[in-house]
Amino acid sequence: MSFGPHLLLALLEGTVTAFVLALTALGLSLVFGVMRVVNVAHGEFFMLGAVLAWAFSNMVPGIPALGFLLALVGSALVVGGVAFAADRLILRRLNYAPEATIVATIGLLYIIQQVVLTVYGPNAHPVVPPINFRVVFPWFGYSGYKLVVIGASAAMLAGTWYMLTRTRIGLVMRATQFDRETAQSFGIPVDRVYSAVFALGAMLAAVAGVLVVPIQQAHYLMGLEPLLLSFIVVILGGLGSLRGTLVAAFVIGISDGVISVFYSPTLAKIIATLFVALVLVFRSEGLFGEKRQ
Amino acid sequence: MTGVTPWRDWLLHLGVIALLFGLQFVLPPYHYSNLSKIMVMASFAIGYNVLLGYSGLLSLGHAMFFAAGLYGAGLTVYHLGFDPLSGFLAGLAAGLCLSIVIGMVALRTSGVSFMIVTLMFAQAGYLLILYFGEFTRGDEGFVLKENLLRVVIGDWGFNLIEPVARFNLALLLFAVCLFGSLVLVRSAVGRVLIAVRENEQRTTMLGYHAFLYKLLALVISGTMSGAAGATYALLFTYVGATFGAIQYSILPLLWVLLGGAGTTLGPLLGTILMFYLVDVSSGETSSYMLLVGAALVILVLWAPKGILGTLREKKVPWLP
Repeated sequence: MSFGPHLLLALLEGTVTAFVLALTALGLSLVFGVMRVVNVAHGEFFMLGAVLAWAFSNMVPGIPALGFLLALVGSALVVGGVAFAADRLILRRLNYAPEATIVATIGLLYIIQQVVLTVYGPNAHPVVPPINFRVVFPWFGYSGYKLVVIGASAAMLAGTWYMLTRTRIGLVMRATQFDRETAQSFGIPVDRVYSAVFALGAMLAAVAGVLVVPIQQAHYLMGLEPLLLSFIVVILGGLGSLRGTLVAAFVIGISDGVISVFYSPTLAKIIATLFVALVLVFRSEGLFGEKRQ
Repeated sequence: MTGVTPWRDWLLHLGVIALLFGLQFVLPPYHYSNLSKIMVMASFAIGYNVLLGYSGLLSLGHAMFFAAGLYGAGLTVYHLGFDPLSGFLAGLAAGLCLSIVIGMVALRTSGVSFMIVTLMFAQAGYLLILYFGEFTRGDEGFVLKENLLRVVIGDWGFNLIEPVARFNLALLLFAVCLFGSLVLVRSAVGRVLIAVRENEQRTTMLGYHAFLYKLLALVISGTMSGAAGATYALLFTYVGATFGAIQYSILPLLWVLLGGAGTTLGPLLGTILMFYLVDVSSGETSSYMLLVGAALVILVLWAPKGILGTLREKKVPWLP
């Protein structure tokens, strides 16, 4: 293949990565923005979504599309429930103290990961894509399912965006983010908003996991990579800024796709990781975020 | 308070060292070898505790200092033919230099940002180990051959992997770290560190350069962790990338939280308890890391001061 088609392939792969990453990172960013909680277990919600997708799609053997829809709804609900319970049982008792919650979510990370290992075993589980067609370019064929991933992620992102900016629930969430105490004195049930936001953040990660699993296979250790990438995206985008998170997800996703095709992926990750650490040190509002007072 | 350590502290710590020394004559071989490993890991935990317990900085990246020592010693002995002592010094120097550089940068942040920044640096370090797989052999790692680990002093020589040498050298490292941390926390410098932990702004107002004190704590902490890593490579001969992974940043945090952050003997107690918990349960199930997760959640919910911290609060207020 010559350079042009090669670049096109890299851009396509990068776009798929970017959309999935945007979905995952949006969840992390939402939780940080509203609750000021750094959720280290976020990647495990992604992994749980992926592994449950395999479990659910196994319930309907033979009809991949139906199994996939069941997985999409079922995984999101189960993961949302787990996150809701974690918020009620652990985070709320800690009063959302920043350092204690980080330690607690590290604990949660290992708990979820090891329970999945116990229940579903150490093997990688493949899931059949719900649709099976190939988009044929003059130079190469491309999996049509990956285009479905792009479409579904875009729809989820748009839906979340609409909910946050145009609905009453979104208004309540933004009010809580802006000033927790004033929101509470205006009668907003801040506790319930927190639980809902934590569950919503986890569900976004879970849906991203479900979408990825026909491409990537489900494995109990797959949560670390999306976690670190989401951290990178959320920090670059400016902590708590949703618009920044989306912009950064596309910058990181597409450049990751392009760099990984042409150069060593490990080197790309080292550079991105160091760069992000330095951004956090020297420009804590992120590259795209507005400066906070 | 002056920089004088009361006799009671010395007696307690000397007693612990004497007890560990005595144990080598009664322990069966299996526990003998376990205890050697525990003492090295407890030295790592003591290093972690200097930062978390006495300066209030929670790092999520201490694996990088341990790995710096591990590879500083391992690579120089394996590739450059250093003798074990030079290898140890190389590991120590690697831990020292890395902690100075990381400290200068990461200490510009605090709280949650500090945790994330150290996590990111450690992850970059881990990826660097994998990237230079030609020398480090990545995840697979490499083993230091027996003939590289011979120490000869005059006419008398021994090998580091002999159980007796291994146990007593691990004990030596542990004793140095333990007394180092005791002297530090009882010194004037240690008092300032605790003041920084309790209220950084007030300490700055009193005229102390808080950044320099925090840097000092991080450098001592990183160097002790590096020394533990170098000792691990030389005594247990295996050098691999797993020791640079996130898990080895979380484990010292857990050991210190369990034993009691801000107590000199807490790291040892936490390491022993966790080591045997994992050891026993890994015989039963492959999901032994579940214990690590559960322990972290339980500690942070119900016992944030750890075992010795709670004991100090309730019963023995003089515990250092």
